[in-house]
Amino acid sequence: MFKIAKKKLLVPNIYLMDIEAPRVAKSAKPGQFIIIKTDERGERVPLTICDYDEKKGTVTIVFQTVGRSTIDLARYEEGEYVQDFVGPLGRPSEFIDENIEELKDKNVLFISGGVGAAPVYPQVKWFHKNGIKVDVIMGTRTKDLLILEEEMKAVAENVYVTTDDGSYGFKGLVTEKFKDLVDNEGKKYDYVVAIGPIVMMKFAALATKPYGIKTIVSMNPLMVDGTGMCGACRVTVGNRTKFACVDGPEFDGHLIDFDEAIRRQAMYKSEEGRDALKAEEGHIEIEHHKNGGGCGCCGGDR
Amino acid sequence: MNRMKRTPISEQDPKVRAKNFEEVCLGYTEEEAVLEASRCLQCKNPLCVGACPVMIYIPKFIEQVKNREFEEAAKTIAKYSSLPAVCGRVCPQESQCEGKCILGIKGEPVAIGKLERFVGDWSRENNVNLSETEPKKDKKIAVIGSGPAGLTCAGDLAKKGYDVTIFEALHETGGVLVYGIPEFRLPKETVVKSEIENIKKLGVKIETNVIVGRTANIDKLMEEEGFEAVFIGSGAGLPKFMGIPGENSNGVLSANEFLTRVNLMKAYRDDYATPVKIGKKVAVVGGGNVAMDAARTALRLGAETHIVYRRSEEELPARVEEVHHAKEEGIILDLLTNPTEIIADEKGWVKGMKCVRMELGEPDASGRRSPRVIEGSEFIMDVDTVIMSLGTSPNPLISSTTKGLDVNKWGCIVAETATGKTSKNGVYAGGDAVTGAATVILAMEAGKKAAKAIDEFLSSKDN
Repeated sequence: MFKIAKKKLLVPNIYLMDIEAPRVAKSAKPGQFIIIKTDERGERVPLTICDYDEKKGTVTIVFQTVGRSTIDLARYEEGEYVQDFVGPLGRPSEFIDENIEELKDKNVLFISGGVGAAPVYPQVKWFHKNGIKVDVIMGTRTKDLLILEEEMKAVAENVYVTTDDGSYGFKGLVTEKFKDLVDNEGKKYDYVVAIGPIVMMKFAALATKPYGIKTIVSMNPLMVDGTGMCGACRVTVGNRTKFACVDGPEFDGHLIDFDEAIRRQAMYKSEEGRDALKAEEGHIEIEHHKNGGGCGCCGGDR
Repeated sequence: MNRMKRTPISEQDPKVRAKNFEEVCLGYTEEEAVLEASRCLQCKNPLCVGACPVMIYIPKFIEQVKNREFEEAAKTIAKYSSLPAVCGRVCPQESQCEGKCILGIKGEPVAIGKLERFVGDWSRENNVNLSETEPKKDKKIAVIGSGPAGLTCAGDLAKKGYDVTIFEALHETGGVLVYGIPEFRLPKETVVKSEIENIKKLGVKIETNVIVGRTANIDKLMEEEGFEAVFIGSGAGLPKFMGIPGENSNGVLSANEFLTRVNLMKAYRDDYATPVKIGKKVAVVGGGNVAMDAARTALRLGAETHIVYRRSEEELPARVEEVHHAKEEGIILDLLTNPTEIIADEKGWVKGMKCVRMELGEPDASGRRSPRVIEGSEFIMDVDTVIMSLGTSPNPLISSTTKGLDVNKWGCIVAETATGKTSKNGVYAGGDAVTGAATVILAMEAGKKAAKAIDEFLSSKDN
């Protein structure tokens, strides 16, 4: 059993939780994820690690209520216990193994969409800790749904917020802001990390490709065990089949078959789940995804 | 009584059981078990014992069953095996103990497996205490994986008084016994859970949700947490795919994924959150026991189910009993057939499977007749779900994160057959992690041998 040490509603439908899991906290690295299962009858839900504190033995997760399991998790209160919490899973981000001095010479840009700000945060924090300045574009549908802005500002060199409706920061999509930075503001980037809803990651990779900027994305396919024993999470990367849970979740965004990944992610979309989403997000969700924007409205449930 | 004939055992009617997940074989009653036990000739040199991988002294427990000394029979088996109710159900007895039974020459061998199962079930139902151990030793041993190999090794070491902790990656203990073998062959709540409880009663600690290689690693367990020896029983859980076009279409899944959803996550029940989707017509590709399990599970979820196998029925690697049960339930065998491509509709879902017909050539050096494609035999099977059951290989997570642990070219951990000793001092391994996918009882045998070797290793350290 794993105790919920802290629970906080960040913005409507997006929660932060600190879970007591000393073994996970001790081994966690940026880029990795965990699997949580609330009770006997629950399903195994993968969530990216947002932060970890080895001393306290806690791991921070941020999730959006998008379906039965995340809604169920949101019902748990501080001091209560979830049955299963396993990790860290997946490979850490590749820059962890790179030479810090060489990294300092590189211009790195993070792009987050919606709840994707949560997995971006530990990576930006890692760069900050190692004395490397990075920029972040944080996309959200509207100002009220923006999360972790203060935390991100504390560790990033520049934070550019974009909102679809223009209620805060730059009006438009993260990809438009990226082009604006490079084309109009003279920014140069060697390395982009984009994390958010899969449609947003697809368009981010498409946006960086003409500029020849290496782009890493964190894939969020369906998973069951998360340890490499089933292949539910398989993605095609450079024409080869990879298991996101053990070979990823981070891959070169220019090599991913995004259309296949989007199709596979929808495999178990139940009527119930779709209806719940529609009621909550209304028409905007559908329209928004047509444009491939970074709302985060489907990002929390991997 | 005709000594040459087996005492019949009752089974659920095929038509009824094809629609439920209840156990197919209902087991012997006391009377039936006593009757069957009385067929045993009590050989002076019993060949059955040597053919049992864990060398259960079979004639003795059978004699005890015959005399209605069921509790004593349970204690006899417990000396050799901690999982009789499991093994009695899933061992391929025809090629082990029963295969060597003298009665089998002219008639039917004694139903050793069914009698072992009877004893295991009886001791559970009557709460027989099997938790006797030697005095406690202050020595910590880590066992990685809670499948048959790990459970056996842990149980044997606990009986010797060691302080044993099992680390399990999933949220439930049992390995393939809980995620792989279906409920209708091996009930989870009653049989598997209670045999694991028996192992806990010996003092074995179990930490679930620990993935060795990620959450913890062997070097740290030994250096920082004081474990003096480690047994790796992590199995072979990495599924193989064919590598044919269209294999990532929606509706194509590994048997491991399908069985994990249904068995471990109980996706067949509405009150559990994990979903499973099965189409109207399912092809299970492969011919092993896992393929049979997947096919019979798909059938129970309401699909018309086909086994697609590239050789003929004679070469099917699955147990004869399983093939027989599958056919009785209405599984269709499409033999000498091999898929070459998965065809998807415009939404990316499976709508068919391109196959070729095969013929068997001359026996090769290994004596196996290799299948050859018949030219121009291509056809399309009209299916909407494909389950790939092509075997599994060991997960590289442990070997890639442990210094000095050798693996062979198939990713299997290199270990001595007799002891399980690996290239790393104090680290032993056994079961599918060493051999690649094999059987429950062979994993138990390896766990048993390693326990003995670990005991010798730690005892010699004292001197």
